[in-house]
Amino acid sequence: MFKGFLIGALLVAVIGYVIVDGGYLDLKDSSKSAKVTTKVAAESTLKKIQKRGNLQCGINTGLPGFAYTDDKGNWAGFDVAYCRALAAAVFGDPDKVKYVNLTGKNRFPALASGEIDVLSRNTTWTFSRDVKLGFTFIGVSYYDGQGFIGRKKLGVKSAKELDGASVCIQTGTTTELNLADFFRSNKIKYEPVPIETNEEARKAYLAERCDVYTTDASGLAATKSTFADANQHMVFPEIISKEPLGPLVRQGDDAWADIARWTLNALINAEEYGINSSNVEKLAEGTKNPEINRMLGSEGTLGQMLGLDKRWAVNAIKAGGNYGEIFDRYLGKNTPLGLARGLNASWGNGGILYAPPMR
Amino acid sequence: MGSAKTNIRNSKTIRKTPPIASTGSIGWIRKNLFSSIPNTILTVISVYFLATIIPVAFDWAFISSQASGENRFSCSSSGACWAWIDQRWGQFLFGFYPESERWRPAVAFILLIPAILPWLIEDFFWQRYLRVFSIAYPVVATILLVGGAGLPEIPTDKFGGFMLNLIVGLSGIVLSLPIGVMLALGRRSKLPLIRYLCIGFIETVRGLPLIALLFVSNILLPIFLPTDVTLDSVVRVIIMVTAFAAAYIAEVIRGGLQAIPSGQYEAAQAMGLTYFNSMRLVILPQALRISIPGIVNTFIGLFKDTTLVIVIGLFDILGIANAMVSNPDWMGLSTETYVFVALFFFVVCFSMSRYSLWLERRLEKKGPHEW
Repeated sequence: MFKGFLIGALLVAVIGYVIVDGGYLDLKDSSKSAKVTTKVAAESTLKKIQKRGNLQCGINTGLPGFAYTDDKGNWAGFDVAYCRALAAAVFGDPDKVKYVNLTGKNRFPALASGEIDVLSRNTTWTFSRDVKLGFTFIGVSYYDGQGFIGRKKLGVKSAKELDGASVCIQTGTTTELNLADFFRSNKIKYEPVPIETNEEARKAYLAERCDVYTTDASGLAATKSTFADANQHMVFPEIISKEPLGPLVRQGDDAWADIARWTLNALINAEEYGINSSNVEKLAEGTKNPEINRMLGSEGTLGQMLGLDKRWAVNAIKAGGNYGEIFDRYLGKNTPLGLARGLNASWGNGGILYAPPMR
Repeated sequence: MGSAKTNIRNSKTIRKTPPIASTGSIGWIRKNLFSSIPNTILTVISVYFLATIIPVAFDWAFISSQASGENRFSCSSSGACWAWIDQRWGQFLFGFYPESERWRPAVAFILLIPAILPWLIEDFFWQRYLRVFSIAYPVVATILLVGGAGLPEIPTDKFGGFMLNLIVGLSGIVLSLPIGVMLALGRRSKLPLIRYLCIGFIETVRGLPLIALLFVSNILLPIFLPTDVTLDSVVRVIIMVTAFAAAYIAEVIRGGLQAIPSGQYEAAQAMGLTYFNSMRLVILPQALRISIPGIVNTFIGLFKDTTLVIVIGLFDILGIANAMVSNPDWMGLSTETYVFVALFFFVVCFSMSRYSLWLERRLEKKGPHEW
């Protein structure tokens, strides 16, 4: 009398097995799956991306201006622009990106496990992340520094006077560690209020759950611009840390790191050489400047060296413009964030943005 | 023999109205709100809180709010800025689904009503035909959503917003119930192989958080599968959510099965029913009826858990809301955003809970054998 049930249960088990295994697994060849694992490790990241047909890019939707969707449902933002340029360099199509939203805590496991190909998520380049976590930072896309914002009614003029203050702080970030260092070296006490995202911190600060909020200066400017009573708050003059933010990839595939690195450098150099999204096609036909010609592929074989099309840089620049255009569109003076170029100006214009030559 | 005093009354009784204090609204208020001193104190405190919260919330949501505008700077008032929702509701509902094709999920959603109601309500009109339709519905809906049969193909990574919550939640609900029933029966089976398989599955899945299962599906599964086989991420989520819910449903139903007196099992056997028939006709109708609150409870939990898909790079309504609110033109409007998102979940979950109450009452009237 259990026969009917037995057959049913077996059927379910078989169907379940087939579904979970994708239905295509060759059951006879059991050694295949072991071989596959090693193949994945050995296969180059570029090959994998080309086969998959999209670039998987880790982003942070919690920071205004760096990654968000516009009213048409398209991804936009400073960090997203880099993902798009990189996809354009690889595929010639900036839309071939799959975005994965990551928090401060799960961004590194996601990159290490291969869930994403590149992390473009305002991540600070530090010694231990580069060396111990096994990542390769491919450059700096935004020079930032950590600051504080507080209410004017606190009567405090400098961060060094914040003895006993409660501080809203995002967990899992370098800012958390910098904060501890800063207060320890100035021999003052503070009470941390741990927070997960920028938006949460904004709410907590406005609800007066903390006296001051600390994060990167770009984030502070973005946060302050949303306050109804912005003139009641002040950003303290101290910048307590260096926060060079940039994209990073897994260690171990230098060819892929090169592609990621030189795509960023191409965007920075393009601004220096006066190449922008509207004139790049014309300049790609050939100019008198050999450096531009090499970069845009009318001379030399730079694209080929990377294993990409010779128009890789043209496509990357066409995706969202050069570095300056991207900065102005998402963060600059004419946006609600209104950030100045400051350190992020080109080295010829008083900043420290300096990319190696395309030779 | 004299005028005997009798206990019999000759005149009609004058019908008195009950005291005003115990009828009508005054009576109701006295009985329900001020029946004792602790009750009175609780009433006063509650009224105080409602009186402070409701006017502020009402003013924020309706009176001082602004319903249209280009960006957050056009929302000058102190109230809610619904202009934001007004401009973006399409993304809340459909995620990255192309605007020109959004009629497809909308049609799929409308078709869901005739597909699902004949199973929820008895004596629904055209019940027999509609039940045939609802068996075909998954195919119809998949074609509408993904493409094929002349419709342009939309990759599932364009799925998002509330549509994704509904797809994952409903698939999980529909698939996990039968699997859960089988697991529950399997766990009580006399055949050790089946019993241990079911116990192993239930305990493993229940022992892991859903978020871990989703990570496993995303990170580990691709390593085990051959490189040329890719399982769609939405399908992977549905499988994991279903497995997770089925393990819980199995335990809920097992509770129901254990509440059935053994006389019922023996009676069914004495009637000469096969195992399958005794379960179908005698045991499960009773056990499922007892389990309804637990089952619906699990389903409501499952539906809310669909927001966890964010960890594997899918943007459900909550994920896309976070992404949208980082737009510099609109940032700082998180309160409006979360209120709007909460509204969607509340409507769905509250409907489920009301339905289960309705079903329980109805079954109570009809008795178990009339399933």
